[in-house]
Amino acid sequence: MAEETREGFEPNIVAFLCNWCSYAGADLAGTSRIQYPSNVRVIRVMCTGRVNPLFVMNALQQGADGVLVSGCHPGDCHYMQGNYYARRRFTLMRNFLEYLGVDPARVRMSWVSASEGSKWKEVIEEVVEGVKAVGPMDQFKRRQLNW
Amino acid sequence: MNGRPKIGVYICHCGINIAHTVDVDEVVKFASTLPDVIVARDYRYMCSDPGQALIVEDINNMGLNRVVVASCSPRMHEPTFRKTLITAGLNPYFLEMANIREQCSWVHEDKIAGTEKAKRLVESAVVKVRRLEPLEVKEVDVEPSALIIGAGIAGIQAALDIADAGFKVYLVEKTPSVGGHMAQLDKTFPTLDCSACILTPKMVDVANHPNIELLTYSQVEDISGYVGNFEVKVRKKSRFVDVDKCTGCGACAEVCRQAGRIPNEFDEGLGMRGAIYIPFPQAVPAKYTIDKENCLFLSRGKCGESPKCQEACEAGAINFELQDEIVEFKVGTIIVATGFDIFDARKKPEYAYGVYDNVVNALEFERLVSASGPTGGNVVIPQRGKKKKKKEDEEELGPVIPKNITFIQCVGSRDKSVGNEYCSRVCCMYTAKQAHLVKDKIPDAEITIFYMDVRAFGKGYEEFYDRVRREGIRYIRGNPSEIFKRGDKLVVKAEDTLTATPLEHETDMVVLSVGLEPRSDRREIIDILKLSSSPDLFYLEAHPKLRPVDTATDGIFLAGCCQGPKDIPDAVGQAKGAASAAMILLASGKVKVEAQTSVVDEATCRGCGFCVEVCPYSAIELVEINRAGWPVMVARVNEALCKGCGACSAACLSGSIQQRSFRDTQILPQIEVLGVK
Repeated sequence: MAEETREGFEPNIVAFLCNWCSYAGADLAGTSRIQYPSNVRVIRVMCTGRVNPLFVMNALQQGADGVLVSGCHPGDCHYMQGNYYARRRFTLMRNFLEYLGVDPARVRMSWVSASEGSKWKEVIEEVVEGVKAVGPMDQFKRRQLNW
Repeated sequence: MNGRPKIGVYICHCGINIAHTVDVDEVVKFASTLPDVIVARDYRYMCSDPGQALIVEDINNMGLNRVVVASCSPRMHEPTFRKTLITAGLNPYFLEMANIREQCSWVHEDKIAGTEKAKRLVESAVVKVRRLEPLEVKEVDVEPSALIIGAGIAGIQAALDIADAGFKVYLVEKTPSVGGHMAQLDKTFPTLDCSACILTPKMVDVANHPNIELLTYSQVEDISGYVGNFEVKVRKKSRFVDVDKCTGCGACAEVCRQAGRIPNEFDEGLGMRGAIYIPFPQAVPAKYTIDKENCLFLSRGKCGESPKCQEACEAGAINFELQDEIVEFKVGTIIVATGFDIFDARKKPEYAYGVYDNVVNALEFERLVSASGPTGGNVVIPQRGKKKKKKEDEEELGPVIPKNITFIQCVGSRDKSVGNEYCSRVCCMYTAKQAHLVKDKIPDAEITIFYMDVRAFGKGYEEFYDRVRREGIRYIRGNPSEIFKRGDKLVVKAEDTLTATPLEHETDMVVLSVGLEPRSDRREIIDILKLSSSPDLFYLEAHPKLRPVDTATDGIFLAGCCQGPKDIPDAVGQAKGAASAAMILLASGKVKVEAQTSVVDEATCRGCGFCVEVCPYSAIELVEINRAGWPVMVARVNEALCKGCGACSAACLSGSIQQRSFRDTQILPQIEVLGVK
């Protein structure tokens, strides 16, 4: 049964990209007409340091099958330290996901610079494949967000 | 806020750029069903004048108070549409863009999937725009001065332009003299202007200009602040020579016990200098410097009975007690012009550079043909790394004049095996020039050039290349595989790829036309200024076509080879471009600062100080306020310092500190609509 649902399963992935590196890298992939799967929907933030781990939980709760957070390479953050904060938060977050029984493979963090259009494609392909392997996210009950 | 949101959604075809993989009509239909959307329209080119007029009309006629534009990346046209809103009398921050071109139509071929994604992105923008708030754009004064890092030809040109326009310039150079690589060159292609003759007047100008403060032998240690208001800290390394007293007479260098023992960097190690030295005769400033690593007195504490230089200096300028000095100043704008390194030919061991004395790189060769070089402009086989010879030795052996010289182009360029995929742009032409110079000096020399392609793209370049070929210089198309010695000759093993003939070419001297590389110390500036790099590791411009001298950081510009290989005309052109970009800021005297800053809800803040700790700009402090008669601590944001990264918002436990335009209440609705399957 489970195997059947995975057949032809197209995951829905929410991505948080920093404005300066990864969002620009994703733009470059577009300018270079690099084709990649359409499963990823992007929310632009100025810095990965803005991404509250609760955003990730909320996305999973809303039905996203996976979440990607992508920022500048370590040392290249436009705001000096934001990607380090993000990295620390998401390292801890993986433990929390395991504790909740959510496969940590659903949440991925990557570094994509403004000049890495082709790396962006690779990241997307890996994330989509990775989440496909885990299957649809149906562990949380969807509820109206409190905003 | 202006009451209930009334949203207009504008979907761009971008010609067929968007329309070919996104069904625009369907997106329009979908958008008009979304909450608070009053009108949804499409247009061929939203960014065109009529496209923008459409938005302005709707705002005026329908009383729209929020706008969503679904088109290209906000990194492209967000400023355009913000201005459109201003034209219509709306706060520019009531705009949200959906990127359905770069991140949708251009990257997906399937029209159904593309349309579906575009709908979601539009919905995400609509739910966000509903919750946006008007923001105030503040202006700050611009400090009317510029910092230029690096005093090669690019830095010099930028400094002169800005200084001539009447603004103060701080020109910082790491080495003891301005001039950079251009000062090392003999002649310049294609006009054969003498490099020093056209450069030295500019070098003197920067030293004498009343608006330029020249900081040579200095390094930028730290830069903080933001566009218009950068605070700069520069370390002026000690020369151990009082520059105010030094007359540049050179008496000290003559008597230095190390004289003639230390390879001179300016001559690429082919000439020798002492521990106290001036890099080259026309150096600016014409002041001597003691190299503390090689000075016997400074490195060992003892130099004979007493340092001879000190005795020889009539001006009493030498002072071993002098310390590094830290200089601090404020500037409004910064130009990075740090230049390049040449490719280290040792990374191509098959060419035996560093093994045989008669394999040299092109910059060394440039010093050999230069009249101011170590051989006085005589092309001879260099005696590398050997100390000054006794006169008798020299008479005995005599300099060896090569009669057969071979050049190899593209050493370290267009070569994936050494990690440099790019073309260095100057090597074809400087090789042609060097070949011509050899013909001038040794008319009977046989000259062969191995090349992959000849790229003679600039003004007068093709004509020059043609002239050089007609001078009897042999061009062989082929990339040599090996250089080895046979008797007293060098053998270049290659294949003539035009005739598919393998060949072994005997020669007296090989010149490697090495490419240009990013500087090995490039990270120092990256760490200080947070610049990005391109895949080739040169500094990255804000846009490859339209913002070639800007960086992603406002107020910081690039000039010259630090951004990519360039010849002199291009470096000068870019320097003038960067200077002009910097002067826009300096002349207007005002600059708009980040409006999407963080703000604290003092009613719920409990003063834990997490945000204070995470703020990279120290823009948040805890202050005491009176809450219902009780003194409590709350966080407060200094908006002039806040750069709008949002790290504080993610750290806040109570959600009291929020980044404007990226509030939890603005991002969560996006998550909600994008998360749904």
